[in-house]
Amino acid sequence: MEELRNSVARKEVIAEELTKYGLFLYRALRLSFIGDKAFYTWMVILTVISMFGLRAYCNQLVGGLATTGMTDQVSWGIYIANFTFLVGMAAAAVMLVIPAYVYKDEEMHNIVIFGELLAVSVMIMCLLFVNVDLGRPGRFWHLTPVIGLFNFPVSMLSWDVVVLMGYLLINAHVCGYLLYMKYLGRKPNKWLYMPFVFLSIVWAISIHTVTAFLYVGLAGRPFWNAAIVAPRFIGSAFTAGPALMIIAFQIIRKVSGYHIGDRAFHLLRQIVTISLLISLFLFGCEVFKEFYSQSLHGSSARYLFFGLHGHNALVPWIWSAIIMELAATVILLRPMEKGKAGFGWLNLACILAVVGIWIEKGPGLIIPGFLPTPLGEIVEYVPSFNEVLVCIGIWAFGTLMFSWMLRLAIPILSGKFHKLEGE
Amino acid sequence: MSDLNHENNSTTGDTSSGPDSDDSRKVFQPLTRRSFIKAGTLGAFFAGGSGLAMLPLHRFKSDTSFSEYFQQQYERLTPEKMERVLTRIEKSVKDSYGVDATVKDPKPLPGVQYAYALNIGRCVGCRRCVHACVEENNQSRDPEIQYIRVLDMPKGTLDVERSGHYYEPEKVPQEGKYYMPVQCQQCENPACVKACPVRATWKDKDGIVVIDYNWCIGCRYCEAACPYWARRFNFATPRIPKDKINKDMAYLGNRIRPRGTMEKCTFCLGRVRKGLLPKCVEACPTGARQFGNLLDPKSVIRHILREKRVYVLKEEVGTRPKFYYWFDK
Repeated sequence: MEELRNSVARKEVIAEELTKYGLFLYRALRLSFIGDKAFYTWMVILTVISMFGLRAYCNQLVGGLATTGMTDQVSWGIYIANFTFLVGMAAAAVMLVIPAYVYKDEEMHNIVIFGELLAVSVMIMCLLFVNVDLGRPGRFWHLTPVIGLFNFPVSMLSWDVVVLMGYLLINAHVCGYLLYMKYLGRKPNKWLYMPFVFLSIVWAISIHTVTAFLYVGLAGRPFWNAAIVAPRFIGSAFTAGPALMIIAFQIIRKVSGYHIGDRAFHLLRQIVTISLLISLFLFGCEVFKEFYSQSLHGSSARYLFFGLHGHNALVPWIWSAIIMELAATVILLRPMEKGKAGFGWLNLACILAVVGIWIEKGPGLIIPGFLPTPLGEIVEYVPSFNEVLVCIGIWAFGTLMFSWMLRLAIPILSGKFHKLEGE
Repeated sequence: MSDLNHENNSTTGDTSSGPDSDDSRKVFQPLTRRSFIKAGTLGAFFAGGSGLAMLPLHRFKSDTSFSEYFQQQYERLTPEKMERVLTRIEKSVKDSYGVDATVKDPKPLPGVQYAYALNIGRCVGCRRCVHACVEENNQSRDPEIQYIRVLDMPKGTLDVERSGHYYEPEKVPQEGKYYMPVQCQQCENPACVKACPVRATWKDKDGIVVIDYNWCIGCRYCEAACPYWARRFNFATPRIPKDKINKDMAYLGNRIRPRGTMEKCTFCLGRVRKGLLPKCVEACPTGARQFGNLLDPKSVIRHILREKRVYVLKEEVGTRPKFYYWFDK
């Protein structure tokens, strides 16, 4: 009898919780569409750009990957370049998670959720970039264990699928849980999120390391088959990620009025500075190894930096990247001015660092890995217009996702969006 | 890119959730007529937009039937299922190319490990092997996919960067050159097989590295992994004139590939598993190309390995090719 009553009571509690959650989702949906003109303009612009990207992708579905600039010689292009760069951006959320949760830094605690939401939106972009690169995207289900045939643990690509999906789920869980508890006005249960926070710290390093190992594992590609690729990935990710956050958080602060203290920016600035210095050091190590010995294995690097046998498509890009990164270093090493000027310089440095690193570890890593080909051929890769449109569409869609998540998260965190009394 | 966009937005001033305007409370108010009009407008905008965006899809021609889409990987197919798959492929070749082909699934012969040997001193660079291969294996002709690449090498170097890929002299061989054909090396430890995330490619029992074209998702990781640049991708739907189609097809071999999948040399498995020679061996006018069973002590391959000066390409990458280059003593 007692047992029966308990189970009935339990069922009632579950039903009640589900109703609350349903109501939350309904309100969140409504909130997503509430906003002033600026909000609507911003969201509509992003939607329209995303749809141009979708249209370009439909063109690709009809014409096949022949609509891209890729060839048998350079068989991965700007899609995989963007993917590689973005995995780093997602991993960089850990640079907020460590100070916020491990060192219990109050200032960082206010913004850590934004970092995690950024990681979630960037992960979605990563998955889209992988998917648009597939010759037969409909067969994505072959990667599902049991019904498909997942070549785990042999294939590094299968590892990448595991860690990327895992990272997406961990971050979505932590943000979703904390935001929902705040909406309910309940104190979050440590055991339901702290283990995942610590897991996410290890996991963040792993997503970028595994992504590096995708390339490092290929003995036939000397440019990638180097132990330094993974450390360089981590260094550049912890530069570009926090640099983008510095810019994004200033915008959030300005647009929403949500409190983000200057100290948070100073901390992020230090992270960017140190990571950039480490990045440049590792970069220098690689340049030395590639050039000093004058071995034939340095051909890809020679193609990248100086051009090879009259082919030099990447040369202006990589030198621009180097100049941008050096300029960012000089700006960041100077003491920061007080007030607006300080932030102006900081933003400039951050933009230079992000763009420089995008070039260096996107196209600057992927394309020279293929050239010269294992049979010594050089075929320049230039992305097609359609391919570029798909990329722009995915970037717009990622930004749309992030803006939407912020639309919900900011009112929740500032206590404006919460359940009603007595619910 | 996106950060610049953000910058633009920051100049547009406060939005809804700003400190003064707290309209997040609106979600607690009942829906009004206005909300429905707004929802309708947004819905129409979204539906219209996606419609326009997906307009190109009306030109989409699916070459995939329901049963093909859900077909399992090769090693998981029972003989009965395989029978149905082969019939279906014959029918689809008929539908798409108007040709009556027979598609078989020849199995590896017991006690056989195939290997290839190429006399680097004999090759004259005529590329007859390249063209015979294309005719045998039903590769796309436009753009033409070739499995064999013949490098024209200046004497005195092994550096492939100094080779010519697209040489077209009046007469071959040319003075001061030697010729090095490269194709799939059917490695004992194939880098491509390790790379594949879905096991769409594997080393069969007779040592031939094969691809299940139906299972391949087209990620091209194997193509990046191969140290011999032996794999090819179908960026476009293969185009072959009807009268050029080889009607004798093998499931893991020379059947016409779907778009978006990988392909490569299979030592002409449809032929060699019947006891014939690969087409490139037959086509070679100088006898530079030899083929046989590594496990048979009397085979020509074993003779060459025993008696000649033999080497493999890129031994340092650890793939252990079963494609040997040799020269006479």
